[in-house]
Amino acid sequence: MSSAFELTYPKSQQPSVSSNQTLHPRLLQAPVVLKTSGVTKSYRKGKVEVPVLRGVDIEVVEGEFQAIVGASGSGKSTLLHLLATLDRPDSGEIYFEENRIDNLPAASRDILRNRYIGMIFQFYHLLPELTALENVLMPVMINHGIVSYMLQRRKFRKRAKELLDLVGLSHRLKHRPREMSGGEMQRVAIARSLMANPRLLLADEPTGNLDRSAGDEIMEIIHELNSNYDVTIVMVTHDMSIAARADRTVRLAEGRVESVSFQS
Amino acid sequence: MYKLLLSWRYLKSRYIALASIVSVTLGVATLIVVNSVMAGFSDEMHKRLHGILSDIVIRSHDLNGLPDPEWHMDEIRQILGDDIKAMTAAIQIPAMINFRNNIQGQWITQPITLIGVDPSTYGAVSDFSEYLLHPENREQLDFLLKENSYGLGKRERFPVSGWARRRVSAEWEQDAVKTQTDTLELDASDIPPSPFPLVDDSGVEGRGETVAGLAEGQVHGAATQAVDEPQLIFDPATEQHTGIILGISICSLRGRDADGEVMDYYFALPGDDVKITVPNSGQPPKAVSDNFTIVDFYESEMSEYDSSFAFVPLAKVQDLRGMVDVQSGTKSVSTIQLKLREGTDLNTVKEKLQIRFPIQQFGYQIQTWRDMQGPLLAAVQLETTILNILLFLIIAVAGFGILATFFMIVVEKTRDVGILKSLGAPSGGVMSIFLGYGLSLGTVGSGVGLVLGLLFVDNINIIAGWIEKVTGQEVFDPTVYYFNQIPVIVNPVTCVWVVLGAITIAVIASILPARKAAKLHPVEALRYE
Repeated sequence: MSSAFELTYPKSQQPSVSSNQTLHPRLLQAPVVLKTSGVTKSYRKGKVEVPVLRGVDIEVVEGEFQAIVGASGSGKSTLLHLLATLDRPDSGEIYFEENRIDNLPAASRDILRNRYIGMIFQFYHLLPELTALENVLMPVMINHGIVSYMLQRRKFRKRAKELLDLVGLSHRLKHRPREMSGGEMQRVAIARSLMANPRLLLADEPTGNLDRSAGDEIMEIIHELNSNYDVTIVMVTHDMSIAARADRTVRLAEGRVESVSFQS
Repeated sequence: MYKLLLSWRYLKSRYIALASIVSVTLGVATLIVVNSVMAGFSDEMHKRLHGILSDIVIRSHDLNGLPDPEWHMDEIRQILGDDIKAMTAAIQIPAMINFRNNIQGQWITQPITLIGVDPSTYGAVSDFSEYLLHPENREQLDFLLKENSYGLGKRERFPVSGWARRRVSAEWEQDAVKTQTDTLELDASDIPPSPFPLVDDSGVEGRGETVAGLAEGQVHGAATQAVDEPQLIFDPATEQHTGIILGISICSLRGRDADGEVMDYYFALPGDDVKITVPNSGQPPKAVSDNFTIVDFYESEMSEYDSSFAFVPLAKVQDLRGMVDVQSGTKSVSTIQLKLREGTDLNTVKEKLQIRFPIQQFGYQIQTWRDMQGPLLAAVQLETTILNILLFLIIAVAGFGILATFFMIVVEKTRDVGILKSLGAPSGGVMSIFLGYGLSLGTVGSGVGLVLGLLFVDNINIIAGWIEKVTGQEVFDPTVYYFNQIPVIVNPVTCVWVVLGAITIAVIASILPARKAAKLHPVEALRYE
């Protein structure tokens, strides 16, 4: 495996990371949550194979707020999907807490997404038929069968309400997504991503569809989660002001890591 | 948990799915209604046919019948033993009836099937007595004219008949004769037609034994040839000829009056006299005729029988036709009819009898009641089967409707599928959401259909009435069917099958879309806008 890795990813092309730039001191001893090595992915467009990722190595430590930036088509969203196990890389390896996850069977990946990795998206991706509360409860509903869910219903609903309270939506429990603003929907999505108490939160341009003030509110919440609740966050964004506040910023260009910078 | 919740929410929020539900509902309701009505009709028909016909009939191929019925019946008893519940001998021959229409006075002639029956045993082999109009005849048949109260418990508003009618017509007749002889000094035989039939003995070829003294209440057993002392003058006000029971349609027609109400028009009634002409047993047969007095009507509500059967005492037919073996003195009959113990296999019995009375030697036709009405029963069965197939195709069409609707819904819900998968829902779970959706569509649709169908069946006659009022079109014409109500039988097993079938089709129709949903790639699905 390592030889293939060498082939696809010659040492000479590896990005140079200057040694004086490091993570924030609080994160130096933190264990690695997520790690990829030599991840490649290409999509077919008709008969033409379009390479999206040409070998990406990143590392995320516990408690870190990592931003992945890059131009459109640099492969940042694809990378995030691979991290979330929504897709499989063509080659390379992804490790979640020391365990390789890119080649897991579907059922294990479902469990991983359900309990260990939370996701938020640019377009919120709430289920339109369900209320805010039900959307937040969805991960535990998926995890539990009817009997088990009904037995623990009170506990789950209490937690869901707490999470909605945390994102400032305790007055919107019974509202459907279409009755809410974009910022409110994104806050519901954040509450949902935290429902299963995941180890890692993956965010795909969560402010991309919001105006400045709503976006700022969302970023406040995300930062609060990171600093107050120690949630590890990997966020894809093209907003440099957001990236500036991240512990580590990975810049992708043409399917490769172009540079890695740390917050000073 | 989420599967249930989402199936339910989709069901509530997708009105397009209602269309599929409605088609399932209609299919199920129609199937239940049609099956119930068909079952009602065919059951009614079976009952009628079986009621009219005895279980097994041994019929002589020759009109002059099988000789020595007693010997035959003994033989049959030996073969079948305890299986026999009742047995009777009868004669069935073609005949002509001739009577005077009491409305317009002209003579009416019709072909009929004359059946000579043994009054004491005939009622036991079939439900014959149940179809008689006079309550006493239903209890015990005696071929004697009753005072009145015909149609009691069967046909209310039946016109005055019996002795009450006979006396009035006799009086009217006498008056007419008297007036005419007084004024015109004419012979009684030249009296012009009157509204009531004239009793006339002159056409009888020496066989017209009158039944004397019956009106006075003397019991004569089978009212035949009971000649006490030859009476020279027959008094129609107090005497009757041999009794005859006519199929009600022979001398009545059902039609509508000016207001569209169903009405029965009677050309003759119990108490009136008729002439019957039959071929005698000579070589070649010659026509012989005799007078009979209508003592009752027979109404089985099977038009085939009601319009052709006429029953008279067996001995009377034997005498009239001369069916007596000169050497032995025994009288012939043309059929022997058997009623068997409940649950006896008719075909086995038939085979046993066929072995005892082989065709080469005896020339008898041995038939079960099903054989006799085989083509009719088979036609009804075929009709039911074909209707069921056609109607199930309706539900299958509903299934395709569900298929199309579901594909649409899956396309519409592509992003939701992506969301669910990103939240860790397994493909199987996503598939079962849509399967559950199909299941609930099928269940709700067929449940509502079941209720609607049963309500419809329960009130079918009221509904038929409404439709008649609204459209002015007759839905169920009692003048055609002879039932006043549409007969229905709800078979729970059929209902269960129909409902299960509809649900199965709904689920099968949702399999393909559900598989499509399950196979969606989460990334593609999330990107879908």
